[in-house]
Amino acid sequence: MIKNIFIEVGLIARFTGRFFREVFKPRFEFSEFLRQCYYIGNKSLPLVAITAFIMGLVITIQSRPTLVEFGAQAWLPKMVSVSLVREIAPVITALICAGKIGSGIGAELGSMKVTEQIDAMDVSGTNPYKFLVVTRVMSTTLMIPILAILADAVSLYGGYLGANIRGVVSWDLYWNQVFDTLVFGDVVPSIIKTFFFGFAIGIIGCYKGFNSNKGTEGVGQSANSAVVVSSLLVFIIDLLAVQITDILNLN
Amino acid sequence: MNPETAKYTTTIETTDNSAVIQVRDLYKAFGENKVLSGFNFDLKRGENVVVLGKSGSGKSVLIKCIIGLMQVDKGMINVLGNDVPKLNTTDLDKMRAKVGFLFQSNALYDSMTVRENLEFPLRRHWIKTSKEEVNDLVMEVLTNVGLPHTVDMMPSELSGGMRKRIALARTLILKPDIILYDEPTTGLDPITGKEISNLMVDIQKKYNTSSVIISHDLNCVKIVANRVVMLIDGICYATGTYEELELSTDKKVKQFFE
Repeated sequence: MIKNIFIEVGLIARFTGRFFREVFKPRFEFSEFLRQCYYIGNKSLPLVAITAFIMGLVITIQSRPTLVEFGAQAWLPKMVSVSLVREIAPVITALICAGKIGSGIGAELGSMKVTEQIDAMDVSGTNPYKFLVVTRVMSTTLMIPILAILADAVSLYGGYLGANIRGVVSWDLYWNQVFDTLVFGDVVPSIIKTFFFGFAIGIIGCYKGFNSNKGTEGVGQSANSAVVVSSLLVFIIDLLAVQITDILNLN
Repeated sequence: MNPETAKYTTTIETTDNSAVIQVRDLYKAFGENKVLSGFNFDLKRGENVVVLGKSGSGKSVLIKCIIGLMQVDKGMINVLGNDVPKLNTTDLDKMRAKVGFLFQSNALYDSMTVRENLEFPLRRHWIKTSKEEVNDLVMEVLTNVGLPHTVDMMPSELSGGMRKRIALARTLILKPDIILYDEPTTGLDPITGKEISNLMVDIQKKYNTSSVIISHDLNCVKIVANRVVMLIDGICYATGTYEELELSTDKKVKQFFE
């Protein structure tokens, strides 16, 4: 069991190493990269936006009673904005994307593998790793931070509505408090870590799909394990990120 | 027909300059499982050769080695003057532009229309042609496989036989010198299988191709084969025309035709 985990980690590391060897070499698959950006970014936007809005609303509604108890109701926008921007919006976005995009990539490449479409690409003068893996990993690495920024904005708007359900906070007051509270150390590290989330989701989805076998059963397993492993990696990266920001006194 | 006869036949063919594919002493194993153990084989220009063998005997492995999709353990594969195992990626791509490969599962790209599927090899092999020329090529190959009306359809909208024809059209669009067919009639009903077999013969005449066909469908073999090579125990066990092998008294050969 432990030996298998180490073997899997080694294979993923080798697969990732190949990405860095291939990414700077021509031929650059620019049109496929843009196509993937559209699918990964645009198609995930509604789901990420709805989830972020609900999270902002719920966190605000649930935090309010505790703050009221301590007479710190006025701190609601400050507290909510920090927790949403630093942690909740990026991690929720990454987990949603791990579920939607990671499984999609795992299943798509897995089915391409078992139906010999990847071999067909090879025969057609195409490096399948560059065409399928590099473009998808680049797209997830670029799109997930953008989705996370949008999730920040939408969740903060959800927080504004949540704050106004029981109390009254004006639009100007809410946003003034939010922008007064948020500093460089809140925003930038949280955006930087989403690049790593995106990379992890892309590389795991592609690795699982690219190494799929056992026919249609294998495709299901690829999709499933892509979600499990990339979600786990999101939390591990988040843990590492919080340690690094702590060392850099950014917490 | 016995192994000795087969060996004698391939030795004769080595000296034949018209061979477009030459395979010599090919070895390929997966762990302990030795699939090819010194396989020898030649394909002459304009010839249709069927490689016949049991499931798992290494037929598909053989053509995947020929096209460079699998690395060989030992041996020589010469395709149109190229030593395949020693080719770099660029030269391998150049060689592959002259060799079509029809996959057992058709391998049509699900996310692309029929037109995009057919245009894909043209674009990827850097074949620079105008939009009109590409369109003419697409329509020509689709007409040749009898499906010009499917040009804007998705692969999921096509039947099994139609997909096979489209896959064949994609193989033909580069006008290859050689076509490698991996079980072209598997999964098709006998009537469609016969249609595909006849189409393969028509294609050979029209495009003057040489073909290696992997199959264990005897109806298909009967229609398409100029020569049959029997892959048994990892070697070229016997070779001859369909009729010759059908009359063979060798036990291992005979069991295929019973």
